[in-house]
Amino acid sequence: MSVSVSIKDRVELAHNQAGRAVPTMVNGKPQTPFLGVGRYQPRGRKAAPAITSNKDYPENGDKRVPDLETALHKCGLSDGMVISNHHHLRDGDKVALMMLEAAAKIGVKDLMWFPSASFPSQKSAIQLMENGIIHHIEGSMNGPLGDYCTQGKMRGVGVLRSHGGRYQAIQDGEVHIDIAVIAAPTADFFGNADGSHGKSACGSLGFALADSIYADRVIVVTDNLVPFPCVPWQIQGNNVDFVVEVESIGDPAKIVSGTTQITRSPDRLRIAELVAQFLRTTGIMKNGFSFQAGAGGIALAFVQYLKHMMKEDGVKARFVRGGSTKFLVELLDEGLTDYILDGQTFDLDGVKSMANDPRHVATSPFTSYNYHGKGNFASLVDAVVLGATEVDMNFNANVVTHSDGRLLHGIGGWQNCLFAGCTILALPSFRDRIPVIVDDVTTMTGPGEMIDVIVTERGIAINPLRTDLIDAVKGSKLPVRPIQDIKAEVERICGKPARPKLGDRPCAVVKWVDGTVLDTVWQVS
Amino acid sequence: MSSVTEKISAHSGEAGHWGKEVRSDVHVAFQAQASGGIEISLESRVASYYGAAIMDQAREVLDELGVKHARVAIHDEGALPFIIASRIEAAARRSGIALGKRSLPQQHPLPPPSQKDRLRRSRLYLPGSEPKYYINAFLHAPDAVILDLEDSVHPGEKDAARILVRNTLRAVDFGSCERMVRINQLPLGLEDLAEIVGESPDLILIPKVEEPEQIREADRMISDIKARTGIIRTIWIMPILESALGIENAFEVATASENVAALTIGLEDYTADLGVVKTTEGRETQYARSRIVNAARAAGVQAIDSVFSDVADMEALRQWAEASRALGFEGMGCIHPGQIRVVHKAFQPPAVEIEKARKVVAAFEDAQSRGLAVVSLGSKMIDPPVVQRALKLVERSRAMGVIS
Repeated sequence: MSVSVSIKDRVELAHNQAGRAVPTMVNGKPQTPFLGVGRYQPRGRKAAPAITSNKDYPENGDKRVPDLETALHKCGLSDGMVISNHHHLRDGDKVALMMLEAAAKIGVKDLMWFPSASFPSQKSAIQLMENGIIHHIEGSMNGPLGDYCTQGKMRGVGVLRSHGGRYQAIQDGEVHIDIAVIAAPTADFFGNADGSHGKSACGSLGFALADSIYADRVIVVTDNLVPFPCVPWQIQGNNVDFVVEVESIGDPAKIVSGTTQITRSPDRLRIAELVAQFLRTTGIMKNGFSFQAGAGGIALAFVQYLKHMMKEDGVKARFVRGGSTKFLVELLDEGLTDYILDGQTFDLDGVKSMANDPRHVATSPFTSYNYHGKGNFASLVDAVVLGATEVDMNFNANVVTHSDGRLLHGIGGWQNCLFAGCTILALPSFRDRIPVIVDDVTTMTGPGEMIDVIVTERGIAINPLRTDLIDAVKGSKLPVRPIQDIKAEVERICGKPARPKLGDRPCAVVKWVDGTVLDTVWQVS
Repeated sequence: MSSVTEKISAHSGEAGHWGKEVRSDVHVAFQAQASGGIEISLESRVASYYGAAIMDQAREVLDELGVKHARVAIHDEGALPFIIASRIEAAARRSGIALGKRSLPQQHPLPPPSQKDRLRRSRLYLPGSEPKYYINAFLHAPDAVILDLEDSVHPGEKDAARILVRNTLRAVDFGSCERMVRINQLPLGLEDLAEIVGESPDLILIPKVEEPEQIREADRMISDIKARTGIIRTIWIMPILESALGIENAFEVATASENVAALTIGLEDYTADLGVVKTTEGRETQYARSRIVNAARAAGVQAIDSVFSDVADMEALRQWAEASRALGFEGMGCIHPGQIRVVHKAFQPPAVEIEKARKVVAAFEDAQSRGLAVVSLGSKMIDPPVVQRALKLVERSRAMGVIS
């Protein structure tokens, strides 16, 4: 349960190993400042929910209750509780707001909302914060909610975690979920749930896995109730308390895109092609290799260029990691990869493929991203292609705030992916006159030692720490340049931007994958 | 959303574009005042980074234009400084003040002068009213960029486009691309020349040329401005022949000035003049295109083909460009960066041709070193024109980076 602390109270700051000032207490809980990559040693045992007994659950397995309000009542919803959702339905999700509104109706106060991410369509949560139902949000805040947070209007401090970091925080007991409400595109009355079938299909339900295991109470909400058994059961009914059937859990058009779009900008296509050429030139693209790329326009174009080169060179991947889209599915269908290991599914082709092809496997933050485990998949990937809002001379990068200090994006799996063999940030060198390569990132989301290559339309900068990569491209036609050169050129074009004036009140913190505090998001003045 | 700009009244004017869909441009509304000094209001999507810089720049530009009293409303969509300066100047002139004055942005060092017979496989069209395309154009490595004041610019926007193109020539780094400008048909094109020649474009395309006198007229104006502004380097001319009469006069046009470096053709207008339908195969323009190639060769200038307008069909583009090279053209226009690579490949000599030419060149060099007048390869004697063609092909292939 979170303790209510006003951010107006005096905040004690410490300088962490990355040189960033971070609060030592967040929402009443003591924090460990970032100690360096791989330096923090966790102790103790994992968290665990209370022991339950089958005698308290219906023998016929039917856990249905009439509506969400009843379910929340039965779960004992009360003031100050932590309630959670997953974001697999993205901007089309209706269940999170349904839950928050039911809580408002019940009349509880000071909830900590703990979504795996929030979206612009959930901006009415702002109203619920204004009238005291929600105390604060811990979870990625996209768009208006992030803006609200950096304006200093949220009562508690936002806590931003990666997908892996969220799993770690739940598993390690840093966050205890009282009630998890899981939107399920298909479920049975026992609570088995699946994301890859149904009218609101979204693919995987991996983001809800930790919630289903560690929360005290678990409610499954579905708009496609099937007779037992619901197969596959991505969420196991044995962890579920109640099942609620509703008309609709989300807007299918906003859950997945019908078609994901490759960028049409010639400049961005050039970036995508340079990334693919880099993988080919360095020999990372070889038989049995693996890669991950997101669903952004540049990443999708990169997959197309790489596919062409793989065919030309007769190279096959062992696995690719999703966020899957039609373009990854094509690799699978054409025999250019043996598997897709998929954390979330962005378009209809991806959803269909996961439902029908056993080589397209749903994964979770536990298998893919959790840092407090016995290894994870992210570090087995040979190359990952990511974006960023800013990157600095030490290759530190920012994905959460813009250069004006406003919090507008979540971390997602970005931090977790930095553990790949070769981490590539594919970025335009400036956007709307605003340089992306800066002296010092506004918010450090990833330490530079983890970031190997920056690919811009104006050239490729390789982290001096990666002498192996520098050697691998020697003598090639790739436009490799020092990062300082690219920055200087961009400043000649754009002029040097003014630095934002940020306040001295922390309104959110960025956690590193091990739960330590990497940086602070300051109130925008 | 984006507003087409025009003169409002004698004392007010606006220029540029703004709106949600607009990128890298700025809209300036200008109202001349009798007194009260300068009053600037600014809205910008990059205000927190460049708000102060834009205000400072606006004051500097107004000062250079000699404007003492005005109300200026700026809506900025992330425009770069040379664009902001262009729009302010255009708005000021449209409101009837600052006539004859200029505010020139910081000069980017001029590239070396371009050679008459340099590589001109591709020229990338950049509309004279769309500044967002300029700054990254050279990254796509066309042989030339062509800032267009003619068909891509609305008749009511010619004045603003001229100022923008002038500032672009001055401030934008185009790398090793040749910097071309397509002016308007004469006499309007003379006003274009007056604004842009001072910034040393490498080559001027003159559209709808029919008579050699038109070339001489433009050439005289270019020479006058060069003399006045102290420009020594050659500014080349590429006439565009776009009518039956123009095609008939191809040789006379090509030889009208020693500054003509190439001849090209405009197929849309030409087919309209003939009253035939323009097809993808281009049989209806075969004669005109061959005529241009022949006239250009006779005049010792390059023959350059028109553009291929379907940007989605790369295969048809390849076929067109390969046929074009086979006819004797040395390059063509590109209306999208994606076309450049296909065009370059098509205009690159095939490997067997290069190999043959290298053997001829080797034989020629061998004969030279031994003081022989006759070049022979194996048992065959090689005619001097064959040697000349081989030398040119090898040199071209080197410039294209096909051979080292």
